[in-house]
Amino acid sequence: MSAEASLIETEAEVPAAGRSVLRRLLTNAQGMMCIVFLLLVILFGVLSPWLAPFQPNEADLNSVNAQPFSEGHLFGADRAGRDILAQLMWGTNGTLLGSLLVLVIAVLLGVTTGLLSGFYRGRFEAVAGFVTDLIMSLPSIVLLIALFALTGPNVMVAMAVFGVLVAPTYYRLVRSVVLGVRTELYIDAAKVVGLSDQRIIGRHVLWAVRAPVVIQSSFVAASGIAIQAGVEFLGLGDPEQPSWGGILQNANSNIYNNRFGVLWPALLISLTILALILLGNVLRDVLQSSAHNKTLKRSRRRALLTDAQNVRTTSAPSGSNEALLSIRGLKVGYPDGPDRVRTVVHGVDLDVRRGEIHGLVGESGSGKSQMAFSTLGILPKEALILGGSIYLDGEDLLADDKALKNARGQRIGYIPQEPMSNLDPSFTIGAQLVYGLRAVKKISDKGAKEQLIALLTRVGIRNPENVMRLYPHEISGGMAQRVLICGAVAGDPDLIVADEPTTALDVTVQAEVLELLRELSTERGLAMILVTHNLGVVADLCDTVSVMKNGRIVERNDVESLFSNPEQDYTKALLESSRSVELMEA
Amino acid sequence: MMLSLLKSLLRSAAILLLVSFATFCLMFGNGTGIARAILGYQATESDVQRKVVDLGLDRPLLVQFGDWLVNAVTGNLGESFFTGQTVTSALSTRVPVTLTLVITTLIFTLILSVLLGVAAAVYGGWLDKALQFISVLGAAVPPFIIAIALVFTFAISIRVFPATGYVSPDRSFSGWILSVTLPVIALLIGSVASAASQFRGAVLDALSKDFVRTLRARGLKESHVIFRHVLRNAGGPGLTVLSLQTLGLLGGAIFVEQVMALPGMGQMANQSAQQGDVPMVMGTVVVTIIIVLCVNFLGDLANSALNPKARTR
Repeated sequence: MSAEASLIETEAEVPAAGRSVLRRLLTNAQGMMCIVFLLLVILFGVLSPWLAPFQPNEADLNSVNAQPFSEGHLFGADRAGRDILAQLMWGTNGTLLGSLLVLVIAVLLGVTTGLLSGFYRGRFEAVAGFVTDLIMSLPSIVLLIALFALTGPNVMVAMAVFGVLVAPTYYRLVRSVVLGVRTELYIDAAKVVGLSDQRIIGRHVLWAVRAPVVIQSSFVAASGIAIQAGVEFLGLGDPEQPSWGGILQNANSNIYNNRFGVLWPALLISLTILALILLGNVLRDVLQSSAHNKTLKRSRRRALLTDAQNVRTTSAPSGSNEALLSIRGLKVGYPDGPDRVRTVVHGVDLDVRRGEIHGLVGESGSGKSQMAFSTLGILPKEALILGGSIYLDGEDLLADDKALKNARGQRIGYIPQEPMSNLDPSFTIGAQLVYGLRAVKKISDKGAKEQLIALLTRVGIRNPENVMRLYPHEISGGMAQRVLICGAVAGDPDLIVADEPTTALDVTVQAEVLELLRELSTERGLAMILVTHNLGVVADLCDTVSVMKNGRIVERNDVESLFSNPEQDYTKALLESSRSVELMEA
Repeated sequence: MMLSLLKSLLRSAAILLLVSFATFCLMFGNGTGIARAILGYQATESDVQRKVVDLGLDRPLLVQFGDWLVNAVTGNLGESFFTGQTVTSALSTRVPVTLTLVITTLIFTLILSVLLGVAAAVYGGWLDKALQFISVLGAAVPPFIIAIALVFTFAISIRVFPATGYVSPDRSFSGWILSVTLPVIALLIGSVASAASQFRGAVLDALSKDFVRTLRARGLKESHVIFRHVLRNAGGPGLTVLSLQTLGLLGGAIFVEQVMALPGMGQMANQSAQQGDVPMVMGTVVVTIIIVLCVNFLGDLANSALNPKARTR
């Protein structure tokens, strides 16, 4: 059902404060419209004894199949001459009550079991989990039909049963929220202070689950209305009582005599469900999105990119002649609102000569990874290159998309930080290496395999034929990083961009991988940009180094000078702090 | 892998047994009620009592269930209280109709939601907005209303398709195609709306993985990255979505059968429930659950074929 479908997107997040939520809901145009419509529906039902133009089931033989907008019958009349508007009004209370019943039962059952299960876990959780799976694999409509054989036309019983059938959506939601909250410190603190379990559940845990439950309820109420109308439409409702689904069924079987009879109940049912779903979406936005909308307007985005490209083609300075890679005035930003962009790299220059290993150091958030990703054109989709050029052998990669594509893998290789997550878990090591190599080199499948086996041996993998047949989850982190290094150098590039290549590895493996990188650089005349926050790695491996801070390069020097005679205060502080860490470790 | 499949098979069997038992107890729990429903409200008390004994409804419930179960295993689900037709023979003409609808819809859901989901996730922009709009609308309009709208437009206003009825494929193939087109579309709209937006989520999830960046950096063509790697990794969650979809589709099929007067299982369940023909209702419940469990099992099977971790375990 739709409630189950929408559940997947409802995630637990810290709820926003109470009062402003209501205001934000009411100032949201879509939310306001939904609330007004739903209130009108409620009034439509509650006021029927006073407003309905006819009594329930009051038939007027003179107006059999009256058309809409005919005299006395705004929506027309059915084949027994009953006024459709009046019938719909009389049927509203039943629909709303049925939906409410679904909601109450599902919330009571689902939230309590979810709370207990998430808080106490153990055997209760196991049993509740099995029952939940069981219920969720049941075809609810078929069961509701079967129920009719037992109870006869009793929609309220059917709705109560449906409440039980949808309770698992609350159970799962609440349990996952509680599991998250449970580990948080404040629960421990509350326990230490000596609050009873009931108090903790009541005060802290219930507080955390209320936003997701409110959102989910909107969707469950919508599916309650759909199911109730459906059951009545199948003819399982009480024929004596007007109901939305029953009116629709009547009109449908009479569709050849009065075509437009189906229109009104169909519209009323669909719009009410629509209003509840949209309200749920608005609630989700209001309750769960803490930050403002960060997407940039499309026109603004295009304008920024065109500007950067225009500057590039008309007035950009060319890079250094002797350097292999020459970055000039690189500016990278991220959207921070429909019209705003937050710049994270502020016009940076960088030169790397052939065979040079250049360290790019800085704290996290200093923009060093952004520089690395820009060089390869693998920035996240929302990122914007706001200006500057990246010359590889004098050719601007940012001006020419094709040049960038040709450079990737073939002239510039990439070694990532986290080895395990950078291999595709669905393909064997061999398959993904072969795909990569054949993407940049005209070579047969067999030739690629042979070449890769040789290269895997070179990067220190024993029994490479075997490893090629393994899946990523079957090898160790150190091996995975060697495989990734093999993938980076396979296309025979001139430059390697390595993003913290040893951070995720064990200390013993770190030294080996650094040694391997040094050897590969010497053997193949490879230049390297080594992004790291570890000054030890820089001292060990690099020829030159740039220090980055807040998106700018603050100091650039060869490694020896930098370590012996740092110019900038920031570099001194960085060296100081890394020394004290070393001392502590020793 | 064999072990985990065996486990899920056993689990399915346990669920089937449990649900059958619970349903049986509910349905057959009130013997006199059943007999009275058959005989009508004018029947005398002694007539009702005689009918109860006739039908064996006076025996302990557990004995009745044992009997039913033993027969059910050999393919005998009892007889209709009213027509005397065996439940299995009634089902044998009904099940194919419903399965035709559900399976055809599932296949089209798969194709369309993969296409739409990938397109919306990869290109974003207006395509993404359109998909979100469709998925809200698809969730809001229940299948029976979609079915009515389709009949209204394509069968009554412009007479392209037959409004109601079912033509079996061995009578007339083109007639069969025409008779199932509208019902399948009615089911498809809601099904694609929800599956495509969930598939979009799975694709976005896969796209944000680190290895996608690495593959791009290695010079792979974008089309290869998407269709070989991202799609493969989104496949697992996508299949789960699809197998969950079956449950909703079976429910939707019942409504659509009602609107378009198709002689499927839903119609049979509905008619028998309104008559109080308990063995027929029981039969449809059991067969529906078997279908759901089979689809879930196939989903598990396909998932473990897609996921190397599950395969080697």
